[in-house]
Amino acid sequence: MTVSPEDVRHIARLARLELTDEEVERFRRELSTILAYVEKLEQLEPGSAPEPGKPDQPLRQDTLAEWPDVTPLHEAAPDFEAGFFRVPRVIE
Amino acid sequence: MSPGHLPTAAALARAVHARETSAESAVEAALARAEEIEPLHAFLSLRGEAARAEAAEVDRRVADGDADELPLAGVPVAVKDNIAVAGGPTTCGSRLLEPYVSPFDATAIARLREAGAIVIGKTNLDEFAMGSSTENSAFGPSRNPHDPTRVPGGSSGGSVVAVAGGCVPVALGSETGGSVRQPAAFCGTVGVKPTYGRVSRYGLVAFGSSLDQIGTVGSTVEDAALALTVIAGSDPHDATSSPEPVAALSAGLDDADPAGIRIGWPAEYFGAGLDPAILAACEAARDRLAAAGAEIVEVSLPHSPYGIAVYYTVAIAEASSNLARYDGVRYGFRAQSNELSSMYLKTRAAFGAELKRRIMLGTYVLSAGYYEAFYGKGTAVRARIRADFEDAFQRVDAILTPTTPTPAFPIGEKAEDPLAMYLNDIYTVSANLAGIPAISLPWGKTPARPDRPALPIGVQLMGPDFAERRLFEIARFLEREAPEA
Repeated sequence: MTVSPEDVRHIARLARLELTDEEVERFRRELSTILAYVEKLEQLEPGSAPEPGKPDQPLRQDTLAEWPDVTPLHEAAPDFEAGFFRVPRVIE
Repeated sequence: MSPGHLPTAAALARAVHARETSAESAVEAALARAEEIEPLHAFLSLRGEAARAEAAEVDRRVADGDADELPLAGVPVAVKDNIAVAGGPTTCGSRLLEPYVSPFDATAIARLREAGAIVIGKTNLDEFAMGSSTENSAFGPSRNPHDPTRVPGGSSGGSVVAVAGGCVPVALGSETGGSVRQPAAFCGTVGVKPTYGRVSRYGLVAFGSSLDQIGTVGSTVEDAALALTVIAGSDPHDATSSPEPVAALSAGLDDADPAGIRIGWPAEYFGAGLDPAILAACEAARDRLAAAGAEIVEVSLPHSPYGIAVYYTVAIAEASSNLARYDGVRYGFRAQSNELSSMYLKTRAAFGAELKRRIMLGTYVLSAGYYEAFYGKGTAVRARIRADFEDAFQRVDAILTPTTPTPAFPIGEKAEDPLAMYLNDIYTVSANLAGIPAISLPWGKTPARPDRPALPIGVQLMGPDFAERRLFEIARFLEREAPEA
């Protein structure tokens, strides 16, 4: 498994990570090694695997419950005003 | 730095009930010890003032005759800093959550409080619980009390150091692939990974949601069991918490007799790469069980050797999704920028190297063209690992293995080799992938060598779903038989 610098940059864009050239090279090397290790799964014969388990729990009722005090939730935000999370301008 | 001697949680709660000591003095002693072991960097924050006030309240409740409702009356507890405690930080060992203040208690914390326990501080961890050494903390590594030049293991390193360093009798950690058991083995404490769904994940910051589980660390088997009894049980806030009734896990453990118990011995867990002293420890534990009348049965877990490969598809895929929420909008750190997409990028640049590595890997295995080959294959092999255990548990009550292939390694030794670091969890990840309970307990130390001092050894017991009680019984027997550490 070899990962190219272009693969690394593509994945970084999808993951919203900004990488330096040095990081691109390091992750290219490390991802190649780790993915080569993970590829040992390919040695296993397909077909005989049981289906992954499905949760069999009953779901709770979807009822509205009041949060006692929303102020700490607002205060946890870097920029919160008048009921809104404020972010930089999205549309010019 | 030698571990201090402090009473067990069970003994301390009894003494508080009997008014022989007070919650306030227990908390004061724990806070003082936390200062003494500060060089080991177990804690990221201490709750001095809040803990003292809560201790005074526990003492009032005991004086009012409420002792029966307080199985952990006055017991100081350390909590991994990825579990929310209201009104204080939950940093996850990350710059991304450094400014965050938890608005609520995790369910496990609420239950500890109701039982009379007092959280004295939040402990160090690998960033977002991703690591096996606590070296990935943005706030610096923790150190092993048995040799401060070595790692305590991870990711729940701080919680285990707080117990091994004699500060608290019990602590909470969390597991995704061995993050309680591995440091417990490295530091000579008991570490428990409960059945998936046994403990509510509400208030535990998500890493790999199909694997994550809060676990307990104890200086003794009884303490780890007592703390788990308190925090276990279903919770409307976590749809994956189990309605299975919670047994009393710590009462009467001494009365259990191993005669007739069937113990599985899986060849796959004793192959190349296992330290000879750890192999010898497992054989000694096996022989003690056999001498007491347990039946030793060879079992096969043929897919366990694929555990790490499966883990690094499933866990990192879930992690990359869970970590997408750290975008600087609703909580935590935000890097200032006048444009939204660059705000995301600059904010997420605060993730450490291991986080970026796992986000990259997870995004890769979930991306178009690779999903089936990696994530699809990973989930299929995960089901086979589970099926192997189901087969084995038709024939045995529990399985005995090493917890780790080696004892604690020097700080920095594996920092530049991520795969070598991942392989540390080779004996622990399968229990997480299968969802089954597992315990690591101390079994003596490795002989001292010129290149390393004597270091603690952990042996592991794994059992079928919700068989925690049986595991604690066997572990308690082994605890009595174990050589002096």
